[in-house]
Amino acid sequence: MKLTEYEKAMLAGEEGPARRYAMEQIIRVGDFFGADACVEISQVHLMADPESLGEAGVEFLEGLAALPHDQRRVRVPTVTDPRGVDFEAYKRLKQTDTMAELERRAIAAFESFGVMMTDTCINYQTILPPVMGEHLAFGDTGSSIYANSVLGARTNFEGGPSALAAALTGRTAAYGFHLDARRRGTSLFETKVRPKGLTEWGALGAIVGKAMNSYWEVPVIAGIEGAPTSDEIKQFGAALASFGSTPLFHMTGITPEAPDLNAVFDNTLPPPTVINAGDIANLIRSYAPEDDTLHVVAFAGPQLSLVEMQMLSGLLEGRTLHKDVALLAATSPEIKSACDRMGLTATIEGAGGVVLSGVCFYQMYAREIGEANGWKRLMSNSAKLVNILGGYGYEPVLATMEQCIESAVQGRIVGAAS
Amino acid sequence: MTGERIYKGTAGIGDAVEGEALVAHDNFSARYDLDRIEGVFSRPGHKLFGESYVGKILILNIAKGGVATAWMLREMTDRNMGPVALILNAANPIMAQGAAFANLPLIDRFDVDITSVITTGERVAVDPSCATVKVV
Repeated sequence: MKLTEYEKAMLAGEEGPARRYAMEQIIRVGDFFGADACVEISQVHLMADPESLGEAGVEFLEGLAALPHDQRRVRVPTVTDPRGVDFEAYKRLKQTDTMAELERRAIAAFESFGVMMTDTCINYQTILPPVMGEHLAFGDTGSSIYANSVLGARTNFEGGPSALAAALTGRTAAYGFHLDARRRGTSLFETKVRPKGLTEWGALGAIVGKAMNSYWEVPVIAGIEGAPTSDEIKQFGAALASFGSTPLFHMTGITPEAPDLNAVFDNTLPPPTVINAGDIANLIRSYAPEDDTLHVVAFAGPQLSLVEMQMLSGLLEGRTLHKDVALLAATSPEIKSACDRMGLTATIEGAGGVVLSGVCFYQMYAREIGEANGWKRLMSNSAKLVNILGGYGYEPVLATMEQCIESAVQGRIVGAAS
Repeated sequence: MTGERIYKGTAGIGDAVEGEALVAHDNFSARYDLDRIEGVFSRPGHKLFGESYVGKILILNIAKGGVATAWMLREMTDRNMGPVALILNAANPIMAQGAAFANLPLIDRFDVDITSVITTGERVAVDPSCATVKVV
């Protein structure tokens, strides 16, 4: 890779071992993908929950945190993805003090780097929405796909070690979705139905995601008339990125790089895959439970926006959850504060639910809390969440927010596909 | 035909290593597919469900899932509970970032479907500097 004098100095260790590590990490990844240079980035979104970090990751961070102040500080604004422990709620969820201690150590290290602990995966809705053409290092599949697709910014999936490298240098390797050539459409989906509600938008994203065969595929979705809401396209993108592990889609007439098909395809169009109402129903039905047993309802993955929290609060007003069913709703610290102020938290918790701040269900030791609380059958309106939790030992059920609430009140699954 | 089987990929990360292959045409994500405490595949429906990957040369189709694998590969190898190398038809940035951070050997983009030419139990030598996988 061709480096600038500044980048060469960091690689040579002239700015300390943290920035040398960062340049080495950037170059190893850049060489692997054939990058010929670095690109300057303007903000970083860093995923580093303690379950993923483990002792090894936390020790690595503490090693960097022990460096002199000017050698360890990040060089561009850096915010964090959800944490693994909500210190206000972890004992109620039967998380252990060992988990909380690992979390405290990780947070202390990040704070010493000047990282802002926003603890959210919906930073594009709540912190600093990126701008068209802005180069980023975003480290959550949901935030990456929203920034790339809906906002027209440019990022690859930057996992924690590389997002931290980007934060320390203000650079990442110029490959993948930073480049014009990679942002062209590669496959075409024609929707014959407009999804209704958040669950169906997630299901549509799951269908497209399942059809993806590599990170480099760029699906183009045609046939959606009129803009979805921010939360609908958030659910769509989060599910697409989760099932497909791809960071960019175009939706003709809706996303900024795709005013029409000609804008995203070079010559002839690929043969379209048609998606109709039956496909969405079948995707939801593929998570239908064998019986009506229910242990836990989780609203998370992505964290809920203020609007979603208001919807949830409205559905729970005047209701009481069944004593044997737990209901958890995860949001960001900023939105939690707004919910406290507006009385939404009081309504949700008054009904028996738990509002979690700065965490997300699958990033908080989902296996261990499931085992500790006897949770196996889980219900959610998030296609992303049900996709992830199968591997964590859960039997996840995909349903609407209304069906989830009704089931949590009755203590058994009602209204969901069977 | 000499009988020597060497497969050439496009790029590699990490040091040369030799070990026993564990192969499936399924995809890979550390968070979505593994019980990392027990060291086994835990996602129902994955062809390697219940299989231990510890100490194996893991040969799979493509990288899937989210970003957590970038940290998790080092967390696993640090506890000696990881695979010793990862061979994929197509890696993604997360796998490359995780392999670079963990110094775990990784090779991808072969001119054949690598999961169809090597079988579980065969002994293979992985050389990331030349991006080759050799059955020994």
